[in-house]
Amino acid sequence: MNLALVLIALLTLASAGVALARPNLIHSALLLIASWMGIAAFYLWAGAEFIAFAQVLVYVGAVSMVVLFAVLLTRRSRADLAVGPASAGRAAGALLAGGAVLAVLAHAVIATPLTAAPGGPRSVTVRELGLELLGPHAAALLAVGLILTLALLGAVLLAAGERREPEEPRP
Amino acid sequence: MHLSVAHLWLIPALPLAAAGVGAFLPRRARALAAGLAIGAMALAFVLACGALAGALAHPAEHAVANFAWFDFGPATLRLGWLLDPLTGFMLVMVTLVALLIFIYSTGYLKTDANFARFFCFLSLFAAGMLGLLAANSLLLLFVGWELVGVSSYLLIGFWFQRPAAAAAAKKAFITTRIGDLGFLLGLLWLYDATGSLLFYDGGHGVLEASVLGSLAAHATMGGLALSTAIGLLIFCGAVGKSGQFPLHVWLPDAMEGPTPVSALIHAATMVAAGVFLIARIYPLMAADLAVAGAPVHALTVVAAIGAITALLGALVATAQTDLKRVLAYSTVSQLGYMMLALGVGSWTAAIFHLLTHACFKALLFLGAGSVIHAAHHEQDIRRLGGLAGRQRVTFATFAVGMMALSGVPFLFSGFWSKEGILHAAEGWDVSRLPLYAGLAAVALTAFYMTRLTAEVFGGRPRTDAAAHAHENSAVMTVPLVILAIGAVVLGFWGTPAWPWLQSRLRGESAVLGVSWWDGAALMALSVGLVALGGVAGWALYGRKARTDCRAPDPVEAAAPRVYAALASGLGCDAFYAATFLRLNRLAAAAADFLERWVWGGAIWVVAGLGRWVGRADRRADEAGLNAGFNAASAGLRSAGRRYSRAQTGDAHGYLRAMAIAFAVLALLGILGGSH
Amino acid sequence: MNPLTICLLFSGALFAVGLVGALARSNAILVLLGIELMLNAANLNLIAFWRFGPAAAPATGVIFAIFGIAVAAAEAAVGLALAIAIHRHRGSLRLEEATRLKG
Repeated sequence: MNLALVLIALLTLASAGVALARPNLIHSALLLIASWMGIAAFYLWAGAEFIAFAQVLVYVGAVSMVVLFAVLLTRRSRADLAVGPASAGRAAGALLAGGAVLAVLAHAVIATPLTAAPGGPRSVTVRELGLELLGPHAAALLAVGLILTLALLGAVLLAAGERREPEEPRP
Repeated sequence: MHLSVAHLWLIPALPLAAAGVGAFLPRRARALAAGLAIGAMALAFVLACGALAGALAHPAEHAVANFAWFDFGPATLRLGWLLDPLTGFMLVMVTLVALLIFIYSTGYLKTDANFARFFCFLSLFAAGMLGLLAANSLLLLFVGWELVGVSSYLLIGFWFQRPAAAAAAKKAFITTRIGDLGFLLGLLWLYDATGSLLFYDGGHGVLEASVLGSLAAHATMGGLALSTAIGLLIFCGAVGKSGQFPLHVWLPDAMEGPTPVSALIHAATMVAAGVFLIARIYPLMAADLAVAGAPVHALTVVAAIGAITALLGALVATAQTDLKRVLAYSTVSQLGYMMLALGVGSWTAAIFHLLTHACFKALLFLGAGSVIHAAHHEQDIRRLGGLAGRQRVTFATFAVGMMALSGVPFLFSGFWSKEGILHAAEGWDVSRLPLYAGLAAVALTAFYMTRLTAEVFGGRPRTDAAAHAHENSAVMTVPLVILAIGAVVLGFWGTPAWPWLQSRLRGESAVLGVSWWDGAALMALSVGLVALGGVAGWALYGRKARTDCRAPDPVEAAAPRVYAALASGLGCDAFYAATFLRLNRLAAAAADFLERWVWGGAIWVVAGLGRWVGRADRRADEAGLNAGFNAASAGLRSAGRRYSRAQTGDAHGYLRAMAIAFAVLALLGILGGSH
Repeated sequence: MNPLTICLLFSGALFAVGLVGALARSNAILVLLGIELMLNAANLNLIAFWRFGPAAAPATGVIFAIFGIAVAAAEAAVGLALAIAIHRHRGSLRLEEATRLKG
């Protein structure tokens, strides 16, 4: 069992790392799709099928499209697509910060005596999820709905804002 | 028409009302002011005659009208009015003389701008004097006493723009004040000892037998009887007011006032108040004569001072060159005579002399005023002369007055009153010295009065002022004539053969005269002395009349040092200036030093301290508080600026910081948790 | 090795990769992508504990992860809209130049 897990992990990590290292934004987006797919695979391995499909739908389907749109809408020339890191110092600082956090997390995980739960894989049906969502977690569901609505409105406003004023007649 | 004692208060009230109204009159209401004063005084004179008639109807009775003034706790302060022959005679004399002098003043001060003010003050004086005379309470008498004192000050300094007049007024007031202090102490002691200040109060009055007996019996400090001590203290007031030695120095200087003032106040009435006071409280003064073994009798002191004053005044008068100063020293001498009479035991002789003196001294002063007015205010007798032909009425009346004062025998009142005094002095068994002093003064009086008359009226006019003098208007000469008549006639009411005045004063209804031969030797002696003085004066000043203003006096030429000593008042003023005045000036300088440097210094130090504290406070505030707050604010601002530098605006930086901070915190948590 | 440990290490590593990427790149869109990765790592953690952690309510972890995905998606939308807006104003997506909120 663990072998599959390790393989999925390595693949996901590799694609994520390369995605963020590439100067070409389109390459980054596409590689990130691969890593998200990897995460969905992990969800499937863990037995959370609903989440796996939700992951694929939302991230691979929607978010990646939004990212691609954003990339394409914000380029001026071919040169813009290749944007490298600012400086070596910045890269070093980033690696330092990331390394520190990783070290701390790893230490915490390893040092804690964790026991895997006995028993086989769990599963939860969609029906159960539905009942849970609309039952005890109804308020949270409504709140999330509200967040999504507001985020939609906000995004539309932000992205569309400037076009209201009439353009000055050009001489 | 008799005036009863219940209405006696009207007599002082009328001039007081005139003074009250007169105080509010404007300067140009001259006729109204004079009319008010003269009218009030005339009415008062009529009432006084009625009062005298009432008193003479019952001469032995002391009619009183007592009333309560205010009460404080258990005791009540009572005042009252008294009517007896003494009061009656004095009231008539004062109102008559005052009336004549008021009329005279309308002429004398015709050209003065402050005419109305003069009459207001004169009325105030009259009110005080009359109140003093009619009082049955020592306190009421003291009130009148002070009123006449203040009026005297106001009138001496009437021409206050002249520094000499202002100084003289101050001197008069302060000198009499010294005497008044003794008076007040005596008054307070009397009240403390007896609980009453009324003279006659149905047996409980201070001058009545029961109270006097207890006062005489008590001995106080030094073995003195209580009545002696109180009497001597009250006598201090008389010494001041009547110009006795040693408080006589104010009287000659008081001549700075207008001549009517000198006539009224400093000759006839106010200065006589002291004599009147002693006559009034005579029972108190004489109470210690009954006590055996008393170390000092009050009346002995009175007699001694009177004798000294009589001789002193007469000696100094012989060397004066100012017309009014001669008369002033003469007044001092005559007042000494009156005190002498009181001291040797005959208060009736003193009052008789007081009444006659009032008449002829007022006459002499008014005559002098007539001369001064005519000679355009020339007062130096060396610069006058030859006025006999130019001012006949004045000369005639002045001569009458001069003869009355000198004691020219038989025809003139002064002779009879002075005889009474000398006779009483002869009969005093304590000492003959007052008699000798009195006799010496008789000769000197005749001498200086002859000198005065000869220098002023005799010979030829020595200056233009004298040459151009002419007789004054009737308003000034008629009072002279009336007073001259009085100076002659008044004497016949008190001759030894028919002492009507004296018996009525003593309260006797019958008049017992003594025969002519009694006391004839003394009479002959005094006549001889008068003749001696008169002849000497005539020889030196009349026969060879002075021709040059600056020529020295014959006496001065003969004995210059004696003359100089006499002219300076025998050094009394100089002595006072060297001692008391110098002491006063030292005290004033010390007080000034204290005020300026000690108290002022202390205040300056405290103020400086306050200023220093203020400055320090400000400096502390600015440097400490403000600077502190400024520094704190600056610190806060700089800290804020420093902290805001953390807001780089760089999103990457924020994220990096968060990540590293998380790592550090987690590390700390791990490390801490592992312990 | 405990599978839970491996999962947690996996999620931690993913989180670190996302962090490094967000810190190292200067393009705003790539920073947002890094943040998305970090959110995904958190979701991983949730599912790992749902699968291997102590038995709790059966669906809590999944529901939490659902909400996580929803919020992450919303945030991505808004963030990218912001990036577009910034680009429109400045003409460049370099995050170092967007420092107008500097204190």
